[in-house]
Amino acid sequence: MNKINALIYFLAFSSGFCIMGIELLGGRILAPYFGSSVHIWGSIITVFMLSLSIGYLLGGKLSTRNPSLTKYGLIFFVASIMVVPIVLFAEPIMTFIFTHIEDSRYGSLLASTALFFIPTTILGMISPYSVRLLVTDHEKSGQVAGGLYFVSTLGSALGTIITSFYMVLAFDVNDIIKTFAAVLGALGLLAIVVSQIKTKERAVCLES
Amino acid sequence: MFRILMLCLLMTLPFSSLAEVIHKERSLYRNILVEKTGDLLCLKFNEKTRKSTQSCMYESKPKKLVFNYTKMTFASLLFINDPQNVLIIGLGGGSLSNTIHELYPSAHIENVEIDPAVIKVARDYFNFIETDNVTSKVQDGRIFIKRAALKKQKYDWIILDAFNGDYIPEHLLTKEFFAEVKSVLADGGIVAANTFSSSKLYQHESATYFDVFGDFVNVVTDENSNRIILAGFETMPSQKLLIERVNKLANKLTPYDVDLQLLSEHLFYTKGNQDWPADTKVLTDQYSPANLLNYQ
Repeated sequence: MNKINALIYFLAFSSGFCIMGIELLGGRILAPYFGSSVHIWGSIITVFMLSLSIGYLLGGKLSTRNPSLTKYGLIFFVASIMVVPIVLFAEPIMTFIFTHIEDSRYGSLLASTALFFIPTTILGMISPYSVRLLVTDHEKSGQVAGGLYFVSTLGSALGTIITSFYMVLAFDVNDIIKTFAAVLGALGLLAIVVSQIKTKERAVCLES
Repeated sequence: MFRILMLCLLMTLPFSSLAEVIHKERSLYRNILVEKTGDLLCLKFNEKTRKSTQSCMYESKPKKLVFNYTKMTFASLLFINDPQNVLIIGLGGGSLSNTIHELYPSAHIENVEIDPAVIKVARDYFNFIETDNVTSKVQDGRIFIKRAALKKQKYDWIILDAFNGDYIPEHLLTKEFFAEVKSVLADGGIVAANTFSSSKLYQHESATYFDVFGDFVNVVTDENSNRIILAGFETMPSQKLLIERVNKLANKLTPYDVDLQLLSEHLFYTKGNQDWPADTKVLTDQYSPANLLNYQ
């Protein structure tokens, strides 16, 4: 496996980790306003599944137009920015929804949509885009997709357990989310930088 | 080893064989069990653990309170006069609500319980009384109090009894939640919280109550039992006032097996006596791993 592919797998792993970490903390964020009943998880999981599904579609579409590692890094970078409003605006958004919607089912559904729909949709774009960057031989496309799902879902599993078992014991919810945002942003930048270096290297090779 | 095992088995036999399950249902949140052991009728959550008994009643003497913590809750009456608006978060078998209703028939009592099946069982098996004055609502306690604050409602006696021994709803044990509770507490009112915390959580819980309410009172009559926290009062009642209140109410409380005199001797005021380190982290909506801390 070349280094670029290893980087892509690592990035997909990290995005899986962050998605589930954020989803899990979603329960914590909503509880003070909408309780911790089973329908809260219904709202959160619905919104995450829906936004991921849309993200897959968008990511697949985007991968047909001059796919590049730079654009891949940009997806991470945008996702990182879109995660920040969860920290900054959760309180006023939830206060507004709480005072306008009596039923905590629809209140929590609307609140999770407002908070998580955009960042999760963007994070959902990563999987299909990763497949596009990794596949070179169509006969191996299934294997590559399988490997990618393995890595990103493994990331999700670890993101879930590490966040719920350990991180909530040591850190504030907002600090954990900020860390996820910072990690996503840093990884995006890393991909962009690597992509630029690679392009330069290729230009040098062509010249000589 | 085998002998010891047999001995243990034999010792538990008389208890288990007499208990008869008279109702069983699976609610949205838990398994609910109504068990009859001789004269004693108990509401239990989840049959596996012994700890999960929620509420019990002597069928021949329904007034008599069974659990120590339920009795300790009435230490609240040493801090307030004739409560008129009572809020109870967490219904159980409804014994608190019934007792308060009998003591103060004109008081408005609002019971808030998250699990509709618990309300049903309380009605069907534990004679939970509902009248124009005594109501029950299916809602998360946190949401109820937030809405009550928006409506500017006030209660002079707020009882937090949503912890069932096995699991703590973490959003009901944070600084922000207690601040909301405080905002619906009438002047001169009192908050009574039944807590099961042990180990590390005990300190965090104390620090969190202190952060919002200032110094509070721990009611502990038995070292091995849980405590009742009394908070939100403005000043600690004088010895004279305590005696007055004991004299006024002691007889009224005797049928419920509540010994107010005993309770008045087991109030531990935290002022100058804080039994938690000063740097203990306060639980907040941002940091509330209450269940994890309870096992540490």
